[in-house]
Amino acid sequence: MSKYSVTIEINGSNFTREVDSRLLLVHFLREDLQMTGTHIGCDTSHCGACTVLMNGRSVKSCTLFTVQANGKSLKTIEGMENGGALHPLQEGFHEEHGLQCGFCTPGMIMRGAELLEKNPDPTEEEIRWGISGNLCRCTGAVNIVKAIQYAAEKMQKEAA
Amino acid sequence: MNGPKTSPEVGGMGHSLKRKEDARFIRGQGNYTDDVVLPGMLHMDIVRSPYAYAKIKSINTDAAMAIPGVHAVITGDVLKEYNLHWMPTLMSDTQMVLPTDTVMYQSQEVAAVIADDRYIAADGVEAVEVEYEPMQAVVDPFKAMESNAPILRSDKEGKTDNHIWHWEAGDSQATETAFQAADVVVKENVYLPRIHVASIETCGCVASFDPAEGKLTVWMTTQAPHAIRTVVALVAGHVGLSEEKIRIISPDIGGGFGGKVPVYPGYVIAIAASVVIGKPVKWVEDRSENLQADSFARDYHMSVELAANNSGKMEALRIKTIADHGYTDAAANPSKYPAGMFSICTGSYDIKTAFTEMDAYYTNKPPGGVAYRCSFRVTEAVHAIERIVDVLANKLGRDPADLRMQNFIQPDEFPYQSALGWEYDSGDYPRALKLAMEKIGYEDLRKEQKEKRSKGELMGIGISSFTEVVGAGPSKDFDILGIKMFDSCEVRIHPTGKAIARFGTKSQGQGHETTYAQILAEELGIPAANIQVEEGDTDTAPYGLGTYASRSTPTAGAAAAKAAHKVRDKARKIASHLLEVSEEDLEWEVGKFFVKGSPEQSKTIQDIAFAAYTNHPEGMEAGLEATHYYDPPNMTFPFGSYICVVDIDRKTGDIKVRRFVAIDDCGNIINPMILEGQIHGGLTQGLAPAMYEELMYDEQGNILNGNFMDYLLPTAVETPKWETDQTVTPCPHHPLGAKGVAESPTVGAPPAIANAVVDAISHLGVVNMDIPITPFKVWQVLQEKGAAT
Repeated sequence: MSKYSVTIEINGSNFTREVDSRLLLVHFLREDLQMTGTHIGCDTSHCGACTVLMNGRSVKSCTLFTVQANGKSLKTIEGMENGGALHPLQEGFHEEHGLQCGFCTPGMIMRGAELLEKNPDPTEEEIRWGISGNLCRCTGAVNIVKAIQYAAEKMQKEAA
Repeated sequence: MNGPKTSPEVGGMGHSLKRKEDARFIRGQGNYTDDVVLPGMLHMDIVRSPYAYAKIKSINTDAAMAIPGVHAVITGDVLKEYNLHWMPTLMSDTQMVLPTDTVMYQSQEVAAVIADDRYIAADGVEAVEVEYEPMQAVVDPFKAMESNAPILRSDKEGKTDNHIWHWEAGDSQATETAFQAADVVVKENVYLPRIHVASIETCGCVASFDPAEGKLTVWMTTQAPHAIRTVVALVAGHVGLSEEKIRIISPDIGGGFGGKVPVYPGYVIAIAASVVIGKPVKWVEDRSENLQADSFARDYHMSVELAANNSGKMEALRIKTIADHGYTDAAANPSKYPAGMFSICTGSYDIKTAFTEMDAYYTNKPPGGVAYRCSFRVTEAVHAIERIVDVLANKLGRDPADLRMQNFIQPDEFPYQSALGWEYDSGDYPRALKLAMEKIGYEDLRKEQKEKRSKGELMGIGISSFTEVVGAGPSKDFDILGIKMFDSCEVRIHPTGKAIARFGTKSQGQGHETTYAQILAEELGIPAANIQVEEGDTDTAPYGLGTYASRSTPTAGAAAAKAAHKVRDKARKIASHLLEVSEEDLEWEVGKFFVKGSPEQSKTIQDIAFAAYTNHPEGMEAGLEATHYYDPPNMTFPFGSYICVVDIDRKTGDIKVRRFVAIDDCGNIINPMILEGQIHGGLTQGLAPAMYEELMYDEQGNILNGNFMDYLLPTAVETPKWETDQTVTPCPHHPLGAKGVAESPTVGAPPAIANAVVDAISHLGVVNMDIPITPFKVWQVLQEKGAAT
């Protein structure tokens, strides 16, 4: 198996590692770096539990090889807190009861982050379509929508 | 309930406390099974059968063993050396762990590769060469019962057919007589298809055997860690695993829904591998394996008949069912009845005469079934009755709400003895349906429907007024390997007045760390914020039977209240010592004892806790703690009424759920926010089989949709905006007046949706449709009726 050297910025720190060409990004995060907040829920890129931000875009880290992230900047759930303060999305999920088992939550939050970046004031319909690449089996979506609305409102207030 | 008894700071029952467990989950700091990493840990991957039914001619592991990093390939023959190649099921059936000669369903485990990492293990799986001789699979239970069908379980001595069991309840003769005499009889075949729980976390474990200590520790995706420990001790005792040396840890669980109750072969192989190799072994299945091989749910073919008189009074019910259990009866059903609680099928109605019988068959499909977010076959029973009530309403030309009102068990008839043997504890069915009708504007909707019909538009209104039976359960009805189905709470009050409480249950997202703390806060007055709740570690938690069948609140929740009362009994003695009055002169009010008539003389629970360690009466043991094992006297019977409104596009068959109002009654409420969340989730898991999900097989037993690309879970787009509310009819026999709740919506929603769709096209002569009701199915019916224009 060929080894490649990759350097990836993750949550503001650079990581340089030798990796197999076939190593999936999600396994690199979870197993090489022990960042286990990013989860694996399927094998067909449908559930979104593995969603992270790569250069600001939400991507499914189970569908990328680690080498594809070489030189890129990643953000994972572990990087969402800012100096001990929760990100408004994290706060929103807690306040609006947007999670139950918590397994899809990191992916939902990371997807929500790009959604709000692109569309700071989304309608309910836009939120529902925006998270349709992420599956949640517990909550029935209503409170996830509310959580993202909570964050949108808070982020807009902070920006104003 | 008239508002919470405790202040928001104490946070007892009735407060929408934000969840304690969220703190780690929103930070990605949960600890799920696949997050567990141990030094020297190896990884396991599984070779699975491409055939549904085949002889194994040979297994060649040489090429796999030659791969650097592969440590072992485990086959049925290897396990046979340890007599671990078979295991018992919960239903006293038997199941292969790994086969020695025959595979019985597609994706069955055939061999396991143990390697340094998951990639090498997968390489090893690819390199294992298995030669099969395929045989014609039996996929349909109706074919399995034919006299010339191959005998699938030839491993069972003397087996001459594919029949597993026959079960019946009720009075066959009286029911026949009632049907003969009835004015009106309706009959429909109702099929509840094979579906899957599909929790977003799949199943897996990390098995770690310490050869020096002889101790086995297993981190495992299980809803019932103590039961697993006992099962492991019983089935693997002969290889030296003794129960005191077995520790099962259920870490955070990413959704269970009944799918994490069974023991799957993968767990057993990983445990065996760790024992043999002497190193930790991790096995985590992928999604396709999960959908293709883990226990299914439902798969009941029901023939449902209802008899009534001309005025609409229901007189008798008869249901005959063919159950498809797949390769073995591995139902996760600890009741004493093979069809679980199916005999709740008389539902919310006063039907004096009923009979139900069922026959179960083997087929070449994965074994099961699990009680998917339902208390052992209640979903099937509720679907049957709620569907047939609408068929009767249609036949009589009656409004389905009106017909339900006429036949409901009335509030003054509780406790109510059902024709099939249940004692319903409490209920007020008319109130719940009335509230649902008010909320949704039922009368106006019927007017709108009439107008739309005249314009050729399709709109339907569907009702489901279900009764659930949850909280397994009383020992007269339940046991696991003879162990009664109590559950437990152990609570310790620390000197500073804070507490830790441990339970025999295990949350998979239900929020026990919050709700159990609220129950103890209610009963002890210690703020919920200061009560640490722990579950899932068999080395520390008191014995319990786990979380499924909406049993946690009915059993462990009750145990918490009872344990708190024991603490209070001791606290009273300490307070009487501190206040120098007799115990009888003390009165309890949330968080303190005070002297009757002089409330200024009091001792808080915190004062008392401190004294329990520093200044307790002479002759009394130090400390303030209690354990309670609660064996419930009866099941709890939550209920509700749901109304669904659908609009159907007559050109495409597309179904839009316009509104869905869910009124639930689960007795007294612990946390309204969590309750609502549970209802939302359950409704969505009711929507899923009603409109989208079904595990499908071809005639060779190949699964046609064994991954998330083809098995459609509803996303936020498909999911309607649920509208929920509650009525409160306290449970008379539960110490907190509470009932289980989270399964009600999964059970109640499918018939509401099916009834709405059928209602939308009933004027075309449609009386029944099986779920999942897809746009294609509706379009086909509209074509057939010449209405798709």
